[in-house]
Amino acid sequence: MTLLIYDGTFEGWLTAVFEIYEYKFEDVIFAKDENSNALFFSKTHFVETDNLKANRVLKGLKQRLSPTGITNMDHAFFSELPQIEESLFRFATYVFSSSKNIEGDLSNNAVLNIQKAAHLTGKESHRMKAFVRFKLTKDNLYYAIVEPDCNVLPLIQKHFKNRYADQKWLIYDTKRKYGIYYDLENVSTVELTFDSNPSSSKFLAEISDEDEEFFQNLWRNYFKSVNIESRKNTKLHVQHMPKRYWKNLTEKIPNLKK
Amino acid sequence: MVHERVMEKLAILADAAKYDVSCSSSAGQNKRKNQNKGLGDTGNGICHAYTEDGRCVSLLKILLTNHCIFDCAYCVSRKSNDIKRAGFTVQEVVDLTIGFYRRNYIEGLFLSSGIFDNPDYTMERLVRIAKKLRLEENFNGYIHLKAIPGASDELIKEAGMYADRLSVNVEMPTEKSLKLLAPEKNHADVIKPMEYLRNEIVGYKEEKKLNFKAPLFAPAGQSTQMVIGATQENDLEILGMANYFYEQMNMRRVYYSGYVPISYDNRLPAIGTPVPMIRENRLYQADWLIRFYGFNVNEIVGFDQPNLDLDIDPKLGWALRNLHQFPVDINSADLELILRIPGIGVTSAKKIVSARKFKRLQPEDLKKLGIAYNRSKFFLAFSSPFYLQKDLTSIQIKEQILNIQNSKYQNNFSNQLSLFQ
Repeated sequence: MTLLIYDGTFEGWLTAVFEIYEYKFEDVIFAKDENSNALFFSKTHFVETDNLKANRVLKGLKQRLSPTGITNMDHAFFSELPQIEESLFRFATYVFSSSKNIEGDLSNNAVLNIQKAAHLTGKESHRMKAFVRFKLTKDNLYYAIVEPDCNVLPLIQKHFKNRYADQKWLIYDTKRKYGIYYDLENVSTVELTFDSNPSSSKFLAEISDEDEEFFQNLWRNYFKSVNIESRKNTKLHVQHMPKRYWKNLTEKIPNLKK
Repeated sequence: MVHERVMEKLAILADAAKYDVSCSSSAGQNKRKNQNKGLGDTGNGICHAYTEDGRCVSLLKILLTNHCIFDCAYCVSRKSNDIKRAGFTVQEVVDLTIGFYRRNYIEGLFLSSGIFDNPDYTMERLVRIAKKLRLEENFNGYIHLKAIPGASDELIKEAGMYADRLSVNVEMPTEKSLKLLAPEKNHADVIKPMEYLRNEIVGYKEEKKLNFKAPLFAPAGQSTQMVIGATQENDLEILGMANYFYEQMNMRRVYYSGYVPISYDNRLPAIGTPVPMIRENRLYQADWLIRFYGFNVNEIVGFDQPNLDLDIDPKLGWALRNLHQFPVDINSADLELILRIPGIGVTSAKKIVSARKFKRLQPEDLKKLGIAYNRSKFFLAFSSPFYLQKDLTSIQIKEQILNIQNSKYQNNFSNQLSLFQ
């Protein structure tokens, strides 16, 4: 058994696939860093991300898959599900071993797993397009805190760039400790260090635009007013807006000042 | 904005608008793109939140005012109702829409209004708001406006230039009910603007084919709404009317709004009567069968069967009445036939058609694909000789399915279930 340690990027994973074929490794397991259970494995191989190798694998996949098939692999990778690298490798092996496009072979577990993982990421990125709640600062920056299940910021940046082309915005993923920032021209990846607790009310009051709290209250008020009490359906409500998202949803955070 | 007053108006005018159930914010084929580095775009539609009743919030849905000259019994804003009245200014609606949109709360604006003064006066205000959003705020998000019956063609046409969708609510499924509850109104008044819109939208689509740059006209089409359960119509009449709107008016959507009792008027169900949510759900299921599953309305309801079953969905109901069309061989049948199998939706049907190219599918494959196998198994044929389908009657199948399914409406059916036991 061989443990492949790679840098956690999709290019790194593609490089690893190249080297599995290059060095004829069998029974591979992937890990993102050295602290994993390396000791249990007889052999450890460090993968140095190499764009040439990655592109050759990608080219091979593109020849055998539709553009949707490639997107699905990409999305599946960002799902960050346990053992997704191994699942993707099984899928890639099947792709390379077959003479025709196999992405429609949904009763095959290698194909179905990738489709399900891609679906999960797609759903989570749609959720983030819905659940981002921007707050306006004194410096005219619209910022939002999110904590998505999958690593979806790379997948939603285009949506936000197209939609909010005339305002500066920042979406920060507290789980993965990075954000995407739009400066009216480009979107870039940023890492932030906070001097004080970013969710403390004192900190928020200091940085907020003077109308920000008013708009948050308007939104809470609106959210409450459109509910029809005689149709109450808590199960459906929670199914669509699972509780783990509530802490970043303005309408689900009671206004403490009132 | 004067904060306190706006807060109060929002509560009143959002509350008054919430019985209009249209929530769609998808653009259709001709998306409104953000090409000028302005604010917003339209896409496939996003539900940004869900209220505690489980309904989605995608648009800022408000009335411009709830002052109204009409006295329609089913409407909470009727003239004779003793409620707080309010009205927004044009600028207030614009500021709210932009403020909400920039914070990613909404996909856009759904603006309706009580009729104050006269239809043209009201319509002109609605148009002015949409125009201001588009031209002054450079706003490309979704706008849904009500076309006020009786407003001039010129105003409705102008509305179509700025709005993505226009709608006229028919409200009552039959003229008789409308006369009972809103004697001042008649169906002809709502059909006229619908026809005008249909013709303009068709004209715009033709022009778009010839000239790619033709200015948009209501690119998300028109829709309407019927109130369900306030009056005595059966489902045949309701779905017949819906079918007329789809076929004759090119409607994109017909919405069914289960009547929420809001009045002591003895022409209407009393306050405290439950909202007919199951029936509303069944009507939507039937609507979907007509629009996405290739069913004809006559297959779902007919003179011998004027109402949908409440305890089972209309597709299962159809299948049980048509057992001679089953079993269907999943490995060879056309997509259209697979779509008719209870327990298999559009996505699953497509998965089956894709997966069977690689191997002959067996029951365990179907379970893996996420099909509701316990429902569909009664209607499936497999080529394997070891698979024996027992000949069951439709009543036996229905009983078995009702026993395994965990319906969200289970409590409502305890009486009916015991009939079979």
